[in-house]
Amino acid sequence: MDTLLDVRNLTVKFALRDSALTAVNNVSFTLNRGERLGLVGESGAGKSVTGFSIINLVSKPGFIADGSVWFDGRDLATLSQEEMRKVRGNRISMIFQDPMMTLNPVLTIGTQMVETVLAHRNVSKAEAEAIAMDKLRKVYINSPEKRLKQYPHEFSGGMRQRIVIAIALLTDPALIIADEPTTALDVTIQAEIMDLLLELCRTEDMGLILITHDLGVVSQVTQKVAVMYAGSIVELGETEQVCSNPQHPYTRGLIAALPEAATGSRLNQIPGSMPNLAEIPVGCAFNNRCELGKGACFTTVPQLERKQSGVFAACHELE
Amino acid sequence: MWKKFRESYFLYSFLRDPVAVGSFLILLVLVLLALFAPLLATQNPYDGSAIDILDAEIAPRWISHGKFIFGTDVQGRDIWSTILYGARVSLLIGLGAVALQAVLGIVVGLVSGYKGGKIDSILMRITDVQLSFSSYMVAIFFGAILQTAVGVGGYADIALPFLVFVIGISEWPQYARTVRASVLAEKKKEYVEAARVIGLKPTRIMWRHILPNTLTPVLVISTVQVANAVMSEAALSFLGLGMPANQPSLGSLIKSGFTYVLSGSWWITLFPGLVLVLLVLSINLLGDWLRDFLNPKLYKD
Repeated sequence: MDTLLDVRNLTVKFALRDSALTAVNNVSFTLNRGERLGLVGESGAGKSVTGFSIINLVSKPGFIADGSVWFDGRDLATLSQEEMRKVRGNRISMIFQDPMMTLNPVLTIGTQMVETVLAHRNVSKAEAEAIAMDKLRKVYINSPEKRLKQYPHEFSGGMRQRIVIAIALLTDPALIIADEPTTALDVTIQAEIMDLLLELCRTEDMGLILITHDLGVVSQVTQKVAVMYAGSIVELGETEQVCSNPQHPYTRGLIAALPEAATGSRLNQIPGSMPNLAEIPVGCAFNNRCELGKGACFTTVPQLERKQSGVFAACHELE
Repeated sequence: MWKKFRESYFLYSFLRDPVAVGSFLILLVLVLLALFAPLLATQNPYDGSAIDILDAEIAPRWISHGKFIFGTDVQGRDIWSTILYGARVSLLIGLGAVALQAVLGIVVGLVSGYKGGKIDSILMRITDVQLSFSSYMVAIFFGAILQTAVGVGGYADIALPFLVFVIGISEWPQYARTVRASVLAEKKKEYVEAARVIGLKPTRIMWRHILPNTLTPVLVISTVQVANAVMSEAALSFLGLGMPANQPSLGSLIKSGFTYVLSGSWWITLFPGLVLVLLVLSINLLGDWLRDFLNPKLYKD
């Protein structure tokens, strides 16, 4: 399989008055063509910032401090904004959390879709409309010719998210970054949207980076998973392996915290909370919450290494 | 389209507000009168040969039983006709000046709000400087330069575009500030992020995506600004800085009659004054209604 995306030592910092906070710390992973990767972690772990930095769109005062993002044989981290604009929405699309917010309320969805096509393809307006209708059909929106003339408020939440997905598909991208695409939807719609995304990735041979905090969704949809904690990847491997046999104490804690089918049993939790970016402890970022924490954990930062079980984990205490 | 409008909440809420309906009707009548002035006027005030000095200072018809419904001024011009033509000039200046303000203000506000940083600071300081000059000062300044440059006779020919320019130039900061404030709120929203992720150009995002979402406050201040511009024109003309006496606007009519109020010819000033008040009041009341209608926080039950 050929590599689609190769993120190497990506570091994203946020500039403060006289220092900088590290939001994403030395993150590396690869994604093959048509492969689906889950990026999980708690709020503030750096998942979304990682997603945005792939398309070089970290909002100020954030900036890519180090590392490279290889895609299509080019390092996206060094492209100019002008060149980057040709990649965004064209070869890489992004889907956001809240479909209520991502569609412009004063423009018809037809306008918004045609505009996207015209921004990247040299086609006529009629051809662009035909492409838009074709994609709407792919996400199971009925009578698309009528729908194109409607405004976002005329659709339900689930339909709007399907339209957002259709917009992401317009230019047949090789990679879709979905930033918590189902968080704002209710549970039945969530399943519907995830099934749709999965199906489209398979039929269109698209890569997917799914940013979420829902391990259930990750295990259903993705092939690989990267667990992030305080800006770093702490565990990376095949989804099945990571979920069934988690290595890193943090991943183990996360999986143990999932509610079980049996009612009445107490939910497990990881004691403490994730450190503020300004107060990340010396050594392993997880040391103050970890049951294994020993000498080296408090002095040196653990590197992501292949462990005996076959997955990569960043922990001094694992073999 | 018409059916959609007839069933809209806009029309429903409009018809339920008697003040709005009333001021709309008054405004409509005034605009129609101004628009069809050549048809409705009994005399062309621009045409010197139609005016007879012997008709000067005739009282309105119900007092003098003459042929002039609202009487005549000191030059013998029919007040009714001059009001029609004057309202025309006043409205033209009002709308023209607001269009100029809107174009300038929206461009500055949009760029300032979207780009931020240094560009924002520079543009906003320019705005502040502009705000610190009153429109009268700008008018006196440019008026003096212009009148020496082209002479008084030449000035009369370009008085109208000049007033549009002066009022437009001095009031655009209102738009710039309003638009900038809305842009700052809008650009944080996710649809702007989404548009950037799609790979659209910044100019397109600004004009196509953000601008339409900031038009609500622009619409509201536009109504108030038209009224203000009409007032500014009247004030400038009253001070002798605006329209020359042979090209009547409401302001220059009020001024031309003002000297004769105490000598008994009150009608020369009163009727143009009433029209001016009606015009400004109806625009303002309509603007108030529009603001209430467009502001979801102020829904009345």
